[in-house]
Parts: sequence; C-alpha cells; structure tokens
Amino acid sequence: MKLRSILATDCGSTTTKAILIEFVDGEYRLTFRGEAPTTVEAPFEDVTRGVLNATMEIEELSGRKILDGENIITPQKKDNGVDIYISTSSAGGGLQMMVAGVVKSMTGESAERAALGAGSIVMDVLASNDGRKPHEKITRIRQLRPDMILLSGGIDGGTTKHVVELAEILAAANPQPRLGQNYKLPVIYAGNKKATSSIKKTLGKLTDLDVTENIRPVLEQENLKPSRDKIHDLFMEHVMQQAPGYKKLMSWTDAPIMPTPGAVGALIEMVANKENISVVGVDIGGATTDIFSVFQNQFNRTVSANLGMSYSICNVLAEASLPNVLRWVPFDIDEKELTNRIGNKMIRPTTVPQSLEELVIEQAIAREALRLSFIQHKAFAVNLKGVQKERTISDAFEQSDSGESLVDMMELDLIVGSGGVLSHAPRREQSAKMLIDSFLPEGVTSLAVDSIFMMPQLGVMANIENKEIAEQARVAALEVFEKDCLIRLGTCIAPVGKLNNSEKILNVILEFKNGEKENIDIRFGDLVRIRVGYEKVKATLTPGKNIDVGAGIGEQVNTDIYGGQVGIIIDGRGRPLQIDQSSSKRIADLKKWSDAVDEYPELGK
Amino acid sequence: MAHSYTPGLKVLKNTKILKERRLPLKGSVDTSVGDTVAPGDIIAKTDLPGNVQMVNIANQLNVDASDVETVMIAKEGSKVSKNELIAQTNGIFGYFKSSVNSPVDGTIDSVSNITGQVVIREAPIPVEVDAYIRGVVHEVINEEGVVIKSYGSFVQGIFGIGGESRGEIKMLSESRTSEISVDMILPEHEGMIIVGGSFISLEAYKKALECKVAGVVVGGFNYFDLEEILGYTLGVAITGSEDLITSLIVTEGYGKIQMGQQTFDLLKENSGRLASINGATQIRAGVIRPEIIIPIDTSSAKDSNEHSKKMSGMTEGSLVRVIRSPNFGKIGSVKELPSELRKMESETMVRVAIIDIEGKLVEIPRSNLEVVETD
Repeated sequence: MKLRSILATDCGSTTTKAILIEFVDGEYRLTFRGEAPTTVEAPFEDVTRGVLNATMEIEELSGRKILDGENIITPQKKDNGVDIYISTSSAGGGLQMMVAGVVKSMTGESAERAALGAGSIVMDVLASNDGRKPHEKITRIRQLRPDMILLSGGIDGGTTKHVVELAEILAAANPQPRLGQNYKLPVIYAGNKKATSSIKKTLGKLTDLDVTENIRPVLEQENLKPSRDKIHDLFMEHVMQQAPGYKKLMSWTDAPIMPTPGAVGALIEMVANKENISVVGVDIGGATTDIFSVFQNQFNRTVSANLGMSYSICNVLAEASLPNVLRWVPFDIDEKELTNRIGNKMIRPTTVPQSLEELVIEQAIAREALRLSFIQHKAFAVNLKGVQKERTISDAFEQSDSGESLVDMMELDLIVGSGGVLSHAPRREQSAKMLIDSFLPEGVTSLAVDSIFMMPQLGVMANIENKEIAEQARVAALEVFEKDCLIRLGTCIAPVGKLNNSEKILNVILEFKNGEKENIDIRFGDLVRIRVGYEKVKATLTPGKNIDVGAGIGEQVNTDIYGGQVGIIIDGRGRPLQIDQSSSKRIADLKKWSDAVDEYPELGK
Repeated sequence: MAHSYTPGLKVLKNTKILKERRLPLKGSVDTSVGDTVAPGDIIAKTDLPGNVQMVNIANQLNVDASDVETVMIAKEGSKVSKNELIAQTNGIFGYFKSSVNSPVDGTIDSVSNITGQVVIREAPIPVEVDAYIRGVVHEVINEEGVVIKSYGSFVQGIFGIGGESRGEIKMLSESRTSEISVDMILPEHEGMIIVGGSFISLEAYKKALECKVAGVVVGGFNYFDLEEILGYTLGVAITGSEDLITSLIVTEGYGKIQMGQQTFDLLKENSGRLASINGATQIRAGVIRPEIIIPIDTSSAKDSNEHSKKMSGMTEGSLVRVIRSPNFGKIGSVKELPSELRKMESETMVRVAIIDIEGKLVEIPRSNLEVVETD
C-alpha cells in the first residue's frame, strides 16, 4: 500500500493538535494543521470530541473530507479521508509512575531511565538505600497514587532479599491507582529473575503484576527496552482504558497511542541515529521542562517537574535565585517589584508579555529554567554507575569514576528547542540567544526550533510497527521533520577558554555559496552575528592561544556549517561564560551582546 | 476530573451554591437528603488504614529468614501491644534468649520467610468531614460524602493560603484602595474574617495571626513575604494544607492592588454575616481558587450553572479586569474585539480587545484580561 496521507493528533492537557501530512510532488509535507481544546475533563469527558474538533478545523482549511459523521475515514478514498490515523497523548496529567530499585544509583537509576524514556513522569524513586524508613516509604506510596509502578533490583542470580523487601513494602502500602477504583494497579517487575516467584507471591494478588526481563541483568549492562515496551503496553491496556473516551480513540488509531514525551524521545533518537550526530532536544512548558539527549548513541530523557514558565515559574525563581535571573536583564529593576510580577504570572498562567520589559524578564527566567533543567539532565545522563573499570597506568593521575556524564558540549551537533517561549518568541534571534545562553554550546553547534511542536506526532509516525507501512511512515516522519518541523536558526561557534579582555580568541574565515569570503577576528567578550540563510558555508576556525574550538587547544578546525533564519553567531564570550558582578558593566555587556544579534532592537529607545 | 483552567473569577451576590464534601476513602455518611446542616456538623466519617511498621526479625535475632516463623510468638493476624514480646529465639539450654518486642500497638499483618520482615499495622486513623457551609443535604454520594446546597453570595479569590475556616465578616477598610495596617487589627477580631482594600503587610498579617483572626480577605499581598509565613519559598501555587490559624485570601494578586469594586461592595454588603472561607488554591489542570461563601436564607437565587454559562466568554460590553502589567488591576469594559492579530510593544502577535478604562481606550491582549462575573 502506498501511503498517501496521514492524520496525526497530539492530545495535550489543554490543546489537541492535529496535523495532516500528504504525499505531494514526490515528497511528504505537512499541509494543514488544526487545533481545539482537549475534552478530557467535564463537561465533555471524552477525548475524541477534541480530536474531531481539531480534525474539523483541518477539513475546513483544506476542503478535504476526513470525517464521516463521528468517524475518521480510513483508508483514503479518492480525495476523501486519510490512509492512517495516529495519536499521542499527555492529557489528564500524562503517565505518572513510581519506580523502585535496590540501590538508588544503580537499579533505581536504571528503572528511572526506563520510565522516563517511555515518556512517563517519575513521581518518586524508592530504593533500599534511599535513607527513608519503611513506614516513610509506605506513607509516600499511599500519598502518590501512581498510574503504574516499575519494580527492579538485583542482577540476575544475585541476592533476592532486598528486592523482595521492596515488594513487601509495596504490598504493605497496598497502592491504589490514580484513575478509578475498579482495577488493580499495574506493577511491572524487571529485576533479578531468581526473585520472580517470591515477587509473584508477594504482589500477585494485590496488584496487576507483569514480569519482564531484568533491567540490569549484569552490572555492566542496562536492558531498558523490554521495560519501556511493557510500560507502553500497560499504558494502553490499563491507564488509557480509564481515561474518558480513550477506548474509542484507541479503536480509531492505526498504531498504539504513545505518551507524548515518549514519542518526542523516539523521534530525537531516530534523527540522531540516522545522521550519526549528538542531539539535545528541549521542550519547555508551563509546568515542566523535558530534556532529551543522544550522546555516544545513548538516549536519555529527564523531566524537570517544577521548572516551567507559568505554573512553576516561581519555582524557577526559587531554585535559580533572584540574582541569577537578574543577570540576564539589561536594565535596573526593583527586586521586590520583580518577584511580585513573577508571582502574578504563576497565579495567572495564561497571560502574555505585552510590554518589551515583561518579555525580557520572561526570557531571562526561561534562560534559568533551561540552565537548571540541563544541569539536572547532565547529572542523570551518565555512564552506568557501579561498573568496575580496568585501570591503566595513565589513569593513575586522573581517575574517573563510573557515572561520568555522557553530555559533552564540544561533541554536541544540534540543539532543538520547543515550547512556547522558544517556538513563539517574537524574534528568532531571541530563541537563538536563549538557547546559547542557557546551554552554552561549545565548538560548532547547529541551533533549531520546532515550529509548531509537531515532534510528538512525527515520533509516533516513526514508530508504526505495521510492516506494510512502517518504512514509508518513517520516511514521511523524517521528511516532514526536516522540511516543516524544524526551523533552522543557524550555527553557533563558541571557542572554549578564558582570556583577558579584548585579546583575540578566534579567527574565522567564512566562504559563502556565492564565492564571497569573510575574514573576522573575534576578541574575547565579543558576540558577532553573520546574517546568512540556510546554506552551506565553508568555515576555517583558528583559535587563539590556550583556546579550543573543537579540535584541541590551538588547533584549527575546517568544517562546513549552515546559516539559517538567524545566521551564524560567533560567541567569543568564552566558556565558562562569566557575567560581570557590577550592575553597570553587566547591563552594558548585555546590551552589547543583545545589539549584536538584534535581539531587542527597541529596548531603551 | 475537575474543570480545566478558565480565567474569570466569580463574584456572585445571590446564587445557588452546591458544595461537594467527600471522604478521602470510602466510609459512612451520617446524613440524608433534605437534612439541614450547620458548618460544624459532621456529615461523613471513615478510618484511614493505620501506619505500618516493619521489623526485620531475621536481622534482629540473627536467624535465617526462612526460620523466622519458628521464632514468632505473635502470629499473623494477632493483636499486639507496644513493647509486647513478638519473637524470641530458643537460646542455649533455655538461656541467652534473644527477643524482639513490638515497637507499636497494632496487628501482625504479615511474616515473610524470604526477607525475615514482620509487618505490624497500627490502628486505623479516624477521619471526619464536616459540612463546611450552612445548607441542606442535596445529594448523598454513597459511602463517600454529600453535596450540600445553599443560597447566598459566592466570591472567588485569585490566590490563598490556609485551609477552611469560618467567621463573621468585618470590614476594616472604608475603601477598596486603602491598606490594612497593624493598628487596625484588634483582639476583638478573634474568630472573624476581616476584609481590607488593596493590601496587607506582613506585619499586619502577623498581628492577625496573633489575634487569632479566622481569615483575611484583601486585594494584594507581597509574594516575597509568603516565605516568612510558610517557612519555604512557594514555587508552585498549590496551597491549602498549611497549618495557619488565619487563612489569607488575595482577590487580585501580588503587590498593592485595589480590590475589585464588585468584590469589595459585595463583602461590605455582607458585613456582620457568617461566612465560610477556604484559602486552598491549585493552579494546574483542575484549577481550585480560594473562596468566600456567605449563605443567606433565600431560595430565590439564580442557578449558578445557568448563570456562568450565560457569562462565559468575552463579548463587547463585558466587564473585564486587566491581569498583567501595564494597567494591571484596572477594570474596564470591552469596546471592540478585532479579529486580526495585533503587534504588541513586545512584538508578540496576539488577539486583542479594546478596552475603555476610565474613559481612555487601550489595546490589551485578550489573554491578559479576565471577565468579571457578576450578577
């Protein structure tokens, strides 16, 4: 079957977004999109209502008949209907899980990685060594009421006592599922297989127990996929069945419904693998910030539950501290007045910045939310802990522990930003600058934003298992991702090192498609923007003394880079970036950097 | 599931109020449909499962987990008292016995021969739910609670701290623009709900706590002062479980912001009446706003559901409040709702409303306005 058209929806907690992808002139393109409020809550209590409304908007815009009454026409008949319909969902709070492992930094962390990778929110990680007494753990389990629990612990054939102990704690707590009282809580056991029968004895009657392969069969190896798949299955079988209207929605879709972040992660992982690049993706929302990364072919996802731009904006302020937010604001402002303003955004989360000053403050907070989320991500995206390493004589002076962060900014090739504050910033220059200031890329890094946040739909498309259409759907997902989803902002070139003021940090020679050349000396503390569209540019980068731009200290880099809607930004501010403590110097520096990229041209006029 | 976030706070003078009172777990409901209830009447009760203590007998007696059952003196299902002997080894020739006593009063829930753990469950914890407002039982939710119906005034605040409380309404400010100062709060205000205009300072709120005032309703409060009251920085607006004698309800927001005219006038009209208030706020999907309920003996009130349907959405002529600077806190009427996107000073392209504020026409993003619902 030739795949001609795809309808994909993402049922978010507030909005249901639908996109129509069609095969036009030999390629797959996004042709229309529509959105409508999600209808999971009263008075509708039926998710399909919002799906139909969003689809109706596409019908109106495209003039194509997709619905037959309250049904989606599949497959496409002449110009009516679509060949397949797929969906993701994060409505009703998404998938909320609790995970447990024997050692917090080993099986506990592996279980957390599996749950996060599957797209869930991890409410808590229980571990035998987490410092809490059994009754404290029990109280916590009772309070949280997760959708699902993933229990792991022990390597295969190892001691069973600790993991059974955890199961006994779960049994004593007798946890109840979050949605509805009429089903047992799904529990996945992915631990030491020797303990399986004891686990079944302890939890079999109380919960809906499912056993899968051990998440950590040996210390040196993590085996996350079986658990991730099991989480997706149970999400469909149990959790989704309880949410209003999902039974009907599931009967409509041609592939299992995926949790939204799980689908985004799957897409990012696929892009990284296909291009053989390292990627960081970020989705900054009102309540949470999700970060996805692929380094050394290893995928990681973290959710910073209380770092967001509206519901949890005050928590960003609390965690980052006021001076850290203010260091991004290029004007003086009364601190107490500022905290009240931020507080008011929290209690009225749907408001938008009308004045330029308000926009600058919001983007300053976004930088801190992104920076803090990325710190959490770097701490989590690590090599396996507890693995014994063979050491050579060269390690004698520089002993590195297991559990090193996989995130290597010099190795990073692409940062993709999404979420209101990045995708809908009034100027793309602002998005690029926020990404650079908060992630502090090193060397050569491409920057992009997701235009309308369609990564979830593309992610589920790329994961269709039906063999007849799987390959075409994957191709379609990648084509649309490249052509319609990503807005290429450009490339950031950031030499690493620290010099004294105005010393030369980098020489850049750029050769453009039209044959023109530009030769620029970058001084320490400078930020330079070269306007060039999305085209290949030959770059020769010669770092100054004690400076590294990717090939080692003082080593020249010859590479092809791309411009974009912003162009090429050469960040000569050095790494780590230091912002002057004195208010007047800080404000002068911020203005200089802001003017260099045309970030807030109207500010101060 | 609760309603999704919709901006627009209710300020209703005379409305039907339906209040659901639910137990956290199933239990017994002690009232029937048609019963008249007072705020303090207990309408339902249940027992929460008791706390659980885990004692590792195998470790403490230095025996194999598989042998734990043989050393248990108290068997599964039996009741035990604190310090009662629950397990003991045979010792050597009857001497040198090791033993374990129960750390709590409770019941032996389980004995594990894999881990050697014994689970002791303490006595259930009784929980009661009161009626909260004066009214009539409208509906009984089997084994879970009731819905109480009342008629009266209903006012929502934007943010609050502290849980449910009740008391007589006492106006402290003559105008909606004035602040509540320390010297205005007196010992005679104990158990009352005091109402001010634009602001209450931290010092004045502390005085209210000291005087055991039941609640404070005011236009604004400083965000950064919350930390001293709560003992932590409020990162997300989820409140209600704070242990405070004086619940605080802010009707407009953080800072000095005059209380909405309708809100102030309505509270003033109800001065001297008994009100039930709740500072609990949850700003997430399933939004909960703090509330002031003043039951009045009347059955001629309008149905609040019909009323809110009629009022939902912004139309020309709607009374709206600006909820973000510039013009934050001001009230005006909608003159025009242009359909095209307009560029703001921030360069954000948004749908706007043209509002008449004190005779001046201003352009404001629609999402920075909330409809003031009045009747």
